[in-house]
Amino acid sequence: MIGFAGAWPVIVFLVQQMWYFSVPLLIVALGGMFSERAGVVNIALEGIMVIGAFTSLFMVNHLQDSMSGQGLLCLALITAAASGMLFTLPHAYASISLRSDQTISGAALNMAAPAIAIYIARTFQDNHVQQVQFKNTFRLASVPLLGDIPFIGPLLFKNAYLTTYLGFAILIVSAIALYKTKFGLRLRACGEHPQAADSVGVNVYRVRYAGVLISGALAGIGGLVFVIPTSTDFNATVSGYGFLALAVLIFGQWRPARICLAALFFGLMKTIASAYSGVPVLKSLPIPSDIYKMIPYAATLAALALTSRRSQAPRASGVPYDQGGR
Amino acid sequence: MDRRGRFAPLGAGLASAASSIIAILVGLAVGFAILLATNPAQAVRGLGVIAMGGFNGGMKGIGQVLYYATPLILTGLSVGFCFKTGLFNIGAPGQMIVGAFAGIWVGTNASFVPPPLLWAAALLAAALAGTLWGAIPGLFKAMLNVHEVIACIMCNYIGMYGVNYLIKNSNVYDPLKNQTIDMTRAAIPKAGLDNIFFSLKGRFHDASSVNAGIFIALILAIAMHVVLNRTVFGYELKACGLNRFASRYAGIREKRGVMLSLAIAGGLSGIAGGLMFLAPAGGLHITVVETLLAQGFNGIPVALLGLSNPIGIIFSALFVAYIDQGGYYLQRLEYMPQIIDVIIAVIIYFSAFALLMRQAIDALRSRLNRRADKRARGAGEEPV
Repeated sequence: MIGFAGAWPVIVFLVQQMWYFSVPLLIVALGGMFSERAGVVNIALEGIMVIGAFTSLFMVNHLQDSMSGQGLLCLALITAAASGMLFTLPHAYASISLRSDQTISGAALNMAAPAIAIYIARTFQDNHVQQVQFKNTFRLASVPLLGDIPFIGPLLFKNAYLTTYLGFAILIVSAIALYKTKFGLRLRACGEHPQAADSVGVNVYRVRYAGVLISGALAGIGGLVFVIPTSTDFNATVSGYGFLALAVLIFGQWRPARICLAALFFGLMKTIASAYSGVPVLKSLPIPSDIYKMIPYAATLAALALTSRRSQAPRASGVPYDQGGR
Repeated sequence: MDRRGRFAPLGAGLASAASSIIAILVGLAVGFAILLATNPAQAVRGLGVIAMGGFNGGMKGIGQVLYYATPLILTGLSVGFCFKTGLFNIGAPGQMIVGAFAGIWVGTNASFVPPPLLWAAALLAAALAGTLWGAIPGLFKAMLNVHEVIACIMCNYIGMYGVNYLIKNSNVYDPLKNQTIDMTRAAIPKAGLDNIFFSLKGRFHDASSVNAGIFIALILAIAMHVVLNRTVFGYELKACGLNRFASRYAGIREKRGVMLSLAIAGGLSGIAGGLMFLAPAGGLHITVVETLLAQGFNGIPVALLGLSNPIGIIFSALFVAYIDQGGYYLQRLEYMPQIIDVIIAVIIYFSAFALLMRQAIDALRSRLNRRADKRARGAGEEPV
């Protein structure tokens, strides 16, 4: 039996790793929430993440000789959000203004994104490779003052990234925006019953555009947030995290707090799967690594099986709104 | 225009084909713009290479188009069939890899099967394994109300890691190349196609990899067409896709429909995996990597471009494979082949407007007809 003092460094290690996996999922799933609560399914989250990560890291790659640290990170975050928003615009236009099938334009963006990233990287980089290299100057070894707090300090404020705190800020802002503001009420109305929203003077098209564009910005940020702690080059992929965020969104029942729990759950499972060899108890078990890697997905499936009976998507999600068809 | 000066309604199939062709032209225009932006001097030649597609490689090139179209037809059918029944099967990559492993394992270990039939037994195993893997999300959806999209995504990853584990711990693993072994005895037969689709390099026959799989894919596409359009079973499934509540009211067992749709779709993807990987030394092998199969995801664009119609899917898969070959030859002009994926994405994006274009054509037609009626009345004739 290992005492608490022996287990503590392992726990710290796991929690620090968990943020790297959970926070991007949280941000992207919240993005998906804004889109779906407004009534537009956005399966393009994966592609938007790729574009957000690519443009921002391409910029970092070009600026890193003159800039570094948190300033550069903030600039990269803004770039990621802007490019994600821009890239989502065709999806918004097709699914809102033209009322076409929302799966189709989403699938098109997913297909285009890695191709665009690789094409630009190979055409414009000096060595014609598709990987975009970057120097990781963003890690905070220990946040001043806060890092020295016992227990919480090592878990939250050591080996950390600014992006983790950004993720939680986005969570809080999203929850307030969704439930405590006029905009949030209108957004939810457009996702549940757009005809009713329209009848009281809400511009359904404008609200839906806002929802989809917010999802684009957040997915763009999520792409960057995913790549930075886990790699030093970007290879035109976010390893299916956009699709996983979709799963987190559904698992989280389209609600901010439950999305957060779902993201943490999945992130913890993913951490165990990828870092089990750093945990003495898990390493001593006779389980091969491929089976460990299955755990997050199998656990999510099992959790969904137990909780989905009363699952209810926003009622008008995926249904184009036609003002003339009221 | 018919004799009375009225515009006849455009047939639905014709209107769809017309809008698909418009989408393809827009896609090529965007591709040309990218070529111009990258290197204007070669852009016109580049567009020529893209348009020539598989023909760039002569008879071998045409054979390669058929070879790469084979799994695309099947994953396209898999996704398209589910679209028809109101489900989104994003699980084709997992169903493919599970099917491919089952096929390879049976092809290697089923020593009791007479050798000429071994490939058929292997393919059957692939179909069964794929069916099983598709039935899981179907079961979760029907019984436990789990959204099929996430169940499929989870099954993709579970299938991929599971197959990686099974390959490494069975006799089909080639550790040196980190992939499955060559299928010498259970390879899909060539059926003489290698004597048609080859290029001559001196006196050497540089044969394409195309094999009898393309016939199997075509037969299955026609079979799916019949099932969807000529059977009660297909009618019930389509009815569930259009309105599951109305279908339930009409006495259709919609839960059974959901399960069967995803199981059948899984079987089609499983066969796709079998046809792709039951290959001899020169063909494709499952490499033990942690990425999902692109051919599985590419079933989605193929199904969308073919408007989920089995016959349309044959053409869209051939088109995607054809233009993909163009990308391969585009590298001679020092353009990057990813431009093809961008073009396909643009085509899919614009094919989303197919319905809108049809509506626009219909609106234009009725306006012109009204005007014709008015003119006819003005001339003292009876309106029709």
